[in-house]
Amino acid sequence: MEEKVLTKNFGVKNSHRIDVYLERGGYQAVQKALQMDPDKILEEVKAANLRGRGGAGFPAGVKLGFVPKEVEKPKYLCANADEGEPGTFKDRYIMTHDPHLLIEGMIIISYCVGIHKAYVYIRGEYEHIAQQLEKALSEAYDKNYLGQNILNSGFDLDVFIHRGAGAYICGEETGLLESLEGKRGYPRLKPPFPAAIGLFQCPTVINNVETLSNIPQVILKGAQWFVNKGLPKDGGTRIFSVSGMVEKPGVYECPVGTSLKDIIYEYAGGLKEGKKLKAVIPGGLSAPILKPDEIDVPMDFDSLMEAGSMLGSASVMVIDQEKPILDVLRVISDFYSHESCGQCTPCRIGNSWINKIIHRLYREKGKKEDLDKIIRLASNMKGKTLCPLGDAAALPILSLTQKFREELETYTES
Amino acid sequence: MSPEYSDQTKKKVEEVISHYPKKEAALLPVLHLTQREFGKISKEEEALVADFLNIKPIQVREAVTFYSMIHQKEMGKYHIQVCRNLSCTLMGAGTLIDYLKDKLNIEPGETTPDHKFSLSTVECLGACEQAPCMMVNFDYYGHLDKKKIDQILDDLE
Repeated sequence: MEEKVLTKNFGVKNSHRIDVYLERGGYQAVQKALQMDPDKILEEVKAANLRGRGGAGFPAGVKLGFVPKEVEKPKYLCANADEGEPGTFKDRYIMTHDPHLLIEGMIIISYCVGIHKAYVYIRGEYEHIAQQLEKALSEAYDKNYLGQNILNSGFDLDVFIHRGAGAYICGEETGLLESLEGKRGYPRLKPPFPAAIGLFQCPTVINNVETLSNIPQVILKGAQWFVNKGLPKDGGTRIFSVSGMVEKPGVYECPVGTSLKDIIYEYAGGLKEGKKLKAVIPGGLSAPILKPDEIDVPMDFDSLMEAGSMLGSASVMVIDQEKPILDVLRVISDFYSHESCGQCTPCRIGNSWINKIIHRLYREKGKKEDLDKIIRLASNMKGKTLCPLGDAAALPILSLTQKFREELETYTES
Repeated sequence: MSPEYSDQTKKKVEEVISHYPKKEAALLPVLHLTQREFGKISKEEEALVADFLNIKPIQVREAVTFYSMIHQKEMGKYHIQVCRNLSCTLMGAGTLIDYLKDKLNIEPGETTPDHKFSLSTVECLGACEQAPCMMVNFDYYGHLDKKKIDQILDDLE
């Protein structure tokens, strides 16, 4: 069943404005949270089993718990609104339709951890959304949900918007930090993790927009309610971004664990013009591809991993029979060779070599060993880079060349 | 002559610097503001930004050459950026890119001689439900076909 919890304000007239948000119960969670002991908030978020919605799926409560309590340095919060994973557009919907939901989540997390300065790192292309978010922030300041002594609680918080400038890698959390500090978005070696040493060398919480937007309801309705919405170890609902060759592309909020098949055929209306399904990418471009007989799978982190793919950002891309798989492979390879930041040799060189081989397949008959060469290069990127981009490129390329080998061999000498 | 900010931009630059505990962290927002005023970040603008943020021009150059939305040369009045990622490709972006190349008689990365249009192919714009899609400057256009592209371009003065 489609569940409108996170998306309940979508489609409501002027839902982006604070008066409408307040009318519909907005900022009640902040009022409640500011009366609570911060440790109790942390407990609640932990018990909710809210897993990061950006892609990695790390439990949000555990991440918060890593932030040291007694430090002299300031602490920071960064909302990751970079939304660069191809196929993903849910955060755009949240920020367009319900920017105050994000702000409310940011206030609660900041209060919980003792943060007084927060940034929204938003991708540069979302210029209009950044402007709207700016307005939402000033509405929140006017009503004293932000600024000094919020609602007479003694708690202060400032939120600033920081626009990116077109680099996928800045969605990776340490690349984001570097970028926020005014540098190239080169990911950092971990550990230390940002919770201990992050922005400006200070403890930092980094959460995806959708993750933060879940916080208000966890506080208002409680962890148990949230867990009941989804699965015991993966609570809540998710906003699935569905695109490609379906009748009704768009965002669908469904409980964590909803079947991929249902998302495609029930919510998104099945394939366009009665076309036949060839393959599905279930979790953003980085996720290994699934064949039609593999899509009867619950959409949660653990099930997708068992199925040999990943839930990632829950972005479903549907490919029909008529599309050459070589085109899919080329798009994936073009993307990663373009977006590799160049810091780690296996990723920089591996992606560009794979890309050259694939483009050669378009121009001339490939060599017999080309596919194996692609597999070898991709395998040599896996696990050998500072950040997950190496894996993110290797995994879909490996799954495509292995699962669709027969079709791809038609481009090479036999 | 070395460029100077208008009073309005200068005010914004100073304001944005105040958002960060370290001046240099304002580099990206300042580059956006600078590019909005001068249309590009060439050597002269690099020096200006470096001066305001109290960093070396090479630090500015490092960022300029890393971020695809920062341009060293001025773009045409309308910068058309067509998504070439998966959902858009599945929905026909390739044909539209070829159509735009023919129509404007330029390749991606080029600008028309009258400086009206620049054409780029870009990675996912985060609007896949409207595939195929493109941006013209900061405006999104989705569900594109050749006819719609004709209309959009005709409407641009």
